[in-house]
Amino acid sequence: MEKNRESPGSPILRIKELTVAYKLRDKVHNAVRDFSLEIEPGGKYGLVGESGSGKTTIALAILNYLGKDGLIQGGEVLFKGKDLLGLTKSQLKEVWGSQISLVPQNPQSSLNPSMRIGDQIAEVFSGRNGDFAGDILFRVLTLLERVHLPEPGKIARMYPHQISGGMQQRVLIAMALSLNPDLLLLDEPTTALDVTTEASILGLLQEEVTGSGSSALYVTHNLGVAAQFCDRLAVLYAGDLVEDGSLLDIFQRPLHPYTTGLIASIPSPGVSRRESKLISIPGQIPPLGARPAGCVFAPRCPIAVNICLQTPPLTETGANRSVRCHRWEEIEQGLLDRRRFFSTYNGDKPEKISKPVFDNARNLLDLKKVGVHFELPRSVIEVFTGKSPDTLKAVNGVTFSIPGGSTVGLVGESGSGKTTLARAIMGLELLTNGRVEFAGKALPQKLSERDFGILKKLQIVFQNPDEALNPHLKVGTSIQIPIQRLLLCDRDDAEKKAIQLMEAFQLPAEYFNKKPHQLSGGEKQRAALARSFASNPSLLIVDEPVSSLDVSVQAAVLNMLDEFQQKEANSLLFISHNLAVIGYMADIVAVIYRGCLMEVSRTEELFSPPYHPYTEALLSAIPIPDPAVTRARIHLEGDIPSPVDEPRGCPFHSRCPRVLGDTCKSEQPGWQFDRQGNRFYCHIPLEELESSQDLLFD
Amino acid sequence: MKPGKKPLKITFSGVSSSRPSEFIKHLYNRPVSAFGATVFFIFCVMALVGPYIAPYGANDQIASEAGQPPSPDHWFGTDNLGRDVFSRVIIGARDILVLAGFGTLIAVLFGTCIGLLSGYLGSWFDEGVMRISDSLLALPAVLLALLLLGTMGPSRRGVLIVIVIVYTPIVARVVRSVALSVRKRGYVEIARLQGEARGEILFREIFPSTVPALTVEAALRFSYAIFLVASLGFLGLGVQPPNPDWGLMVQEAREHVSQIPWAMFFPAGAIALVVIAVNLFSDGIKRYLQDS
Repeated sequence: MEKNRESPGSPILRIKELTVAYKLRDKVHNAVRDFSLEIEPGGKYGLVGESGSGKTTIALAILNYLGKDGLIQGGEVLFKGKDLLGLTKSQLKEVWGSQISLVPQNPQSSLNPSMRIGDQIAEVFSGRNGDFAGDILFRVLTLLERVHLPEPGKIARMYPHQISGGMQQRVLIAMALSLNPDLLLLDEPTTALDVTTEASILGLLQEEVTGSGSSALYVTHNLGVAAQFCDRLAVLYAGDLVEDGSLLDIFQRPLHPYTTGLIASIPSPGVSRRESKLISIPGQIPPLGARPAGCVFAPRCPIAVNICLQTPPLTETGANRSVRCHRWEEIEQGLLDRRRFFSTYNGDKPEKISKPVFDNARNLLDLKKVGVHFELPRSVIEVFTGKSPDTLKAVNGVTFSIPGGSTVGLVGESGSGKTTLARAIMGLELLTNGRVEFAGKALPQKLSERDFGILKKLQIVFQNPDEALNPHLKVGTSIQIPIQRLLLCDRDDAEKKAIQLMEAFQLPAEYFNKKPHQLSGGEKQRAALARSFASNPSLLIVDEPVSSLDVSVQAAVLNMLDEFQQKEANSLLFISHNLAVIGYMADIVAVIYRGCLMEVSRTEELFSPPYHPYTEALLSAIPIPDPAVTRARIHLEGDIPSPVDEPRGCPFHSRCPRVLGDTCKSEQPGWQFDRQGNRFYCHIPLEELESSQDLLFD
Repeated sequence: MKPGKKPLKITFSGVSSSRPSEFIKHLYNRPVSAFGATVFFIFCVMALVGPYIAPYGANDQIASEAGQPPSPDHWFGTDNLGRDVFSRVIIGARDILVLAGFGTLIAVLFGTCIGLLSGYLGSWFDEGVMRISDSLLALPAVLLALLLLGTMGPSRRGVLIVIVIVYTPIVARVVRSVALSVRKRGYVEIARLQGEARGEILFREIFPSTVPALTVEAALRFSYAIFLVASLGFLGLGVQPPNPDWGLMVQEAREHVSQIPWAMFFPAGAIALVVIAVNLFSDGIKRYLQDS
């Protein structure tokens, strides 16, 4: 693609000391301060930060598209030499789309639900050059093909709700690429997607950006994704640029304590909590308007000293490398012992914890061929013509057990049935077939048939911390109520116990009287955990407990969960789509796909061959926050097929990269066991899998 | 006291009751709602102290001064029987507001309980209740009043019953729709899983979320109730003469409207003013709740 350049070699985008503020109820708060960045033509820059860091603000400021509450207080945004901040709306419209375009975060809310896909893409073209309808149609179809969407003609006629999230995001990418822009802004384009879909979208983006020679600015909180896609990184914390450099430089020699902590707090696949604690950064990101004077990170920094009360300058430490820290030289020269440095984050050294003794004599929870089927409603015509209703088999013949005192991980992507299974165990959904046994006795299906003795031993924590607590009650009251009821305490006793429980989850006693909306996301999740732990359950189901939290807070919550379990020796059923987190927390892992279990293995053996082909794809899709690691990525074609179509053979055959052919399509596999007792639901003999699969993790 | 038997105190704070001054400030920010609130307040005061401050009694007939237009002696003039219209209007405020107010209150109480139960239980209970309420809603209020009051004879109590029957389903519907969406929330499910009894779930977990919609609906119902009471009075189905019911006053003044228009104008104007004021007030409440 021809590229317009001011002069060869000069940056295509140069941001100089950009300062952006927001007006909130008559007060002006600084969101981004003195931010500077340069993107070379063809460069892929990553803007990494957690929530509240200002990264989306910067992306919107580049486009000069902040809402009416956003004020640009200073700085310049030079695109090909011209300051975008000085342009009028009509001049900006020339730039938007054709020279700079944006791929937004949430595909579902970014597409017009009442327009067909083809029409939405055509909107980009129409009104520009008066093209003929036939020409536009051709361009739309070509675009859809370019982003590898199957059957472009069919998709162009569909509405957004009829296609999956991954496909929607591809449509948005197509729209962003349609006019061949010189700069592509990507605002967390894969955050809302499953890990395998994410991997294929990243592959598509790589292909496009490299192929067309355009530059890209990738905004994300996921270091693993940044490590795969970008060649340079800028790390943001609470509105300040704290570190800037090439990808390898930042990962191999991080110079800012925040960057170090961030990289270290991500669980590496294959490392388990029995071996070491997760590094977590204590505290939380200061909200807008509450930022401390001096170094913004100082309150959470393990090596903060007196000079940190003054704002550190952005120092250039080398070619194209800068950091904003007073003590960067000490860090660079390794004067701070790295192990001590890491351990100062936690207060104690990471230590080995002895393996628990599983109470194998009797499992805590046994699931035997559990199925949960839903009948789909029929249209009126179908009722009259006597058509039998379609069944959606959300959970289909699942059998596994949870031993006492252990953590079992349940891994699956969206639509796999893992949440439905959790709800069925809890009694919120009815089983269609199979049985569930709790401590050897059959578990009554309906919630109303379970007595307090059972209720208090079986609890669940849901994914969304905003919904876990009654917004009208004080936080402490929400925790006190189950203690009072299920543990039969009187009110004062329960209040004391509630405060103890809150402190165990690092919520100060003053929080008792606060309302949920006054707490941050991480604090709400901890309060939700405290509420569910209140009755000291023997089995706690946690459904994606850390997925909605910032990375620096995730580690703290996981550590807390771990400590609690060690102390009270209860079992956890840990549901997640994040294999690295599950690998860290779980002793046994069950992999579920379309309602059926594919593999059940002990964690230490999950990460080495033989892998079930689906597990293999999931593992290879994990974005590793280490750019030095390059792996062959196994791409799964297409999306999870609709669970209404029941396959006769193996549920995975339509996407399996190792599919054998007719056997897989027509015959259901059986369970194969390996030497250690792990089981696999596959036709391919284990020896063959073992020999042909590469070790994915060291 | 047996452990575990102490009643759990509901310690949530209501939505707007904890910040009354903020609410008042918000109301007075906009001229329309300020007007509504002020006028309504004035009428409330009238209802409280009307009989004490009225210059004449409600039924004092001064034949010599019958049919006089508004004057310094009689601010609203006199009607055909020589009664001071102004006094009758301010004394009549009490009856109409109290009747409408009580009726609305009872309708809200019943409607909330039914709506909560219906929304939470679903299935056949919900279906049954909703179909009954549909049939009640199909009957116009006046028709229902004719049936009821025609049978039992016109009375205050009859009017109250009519208000309750007509407005309970509407309130129930509003509460039910909120309950339907809230019952799926995570914290409600966890409350069930932690053994909370149905009553606790309805009133501690679900009810607080209905308060905003309920408050607005209640205020609106109140304004309609006032109008209904006045209409029934006009039709002669409500309180009977010689009570200074505004609707009744309008009806009595109808015959003489060409000679004594003010005897009809002021009571009708009072009805219209109160209804509009309460309506604007409820709109102000709605905006306050939306903005907070």
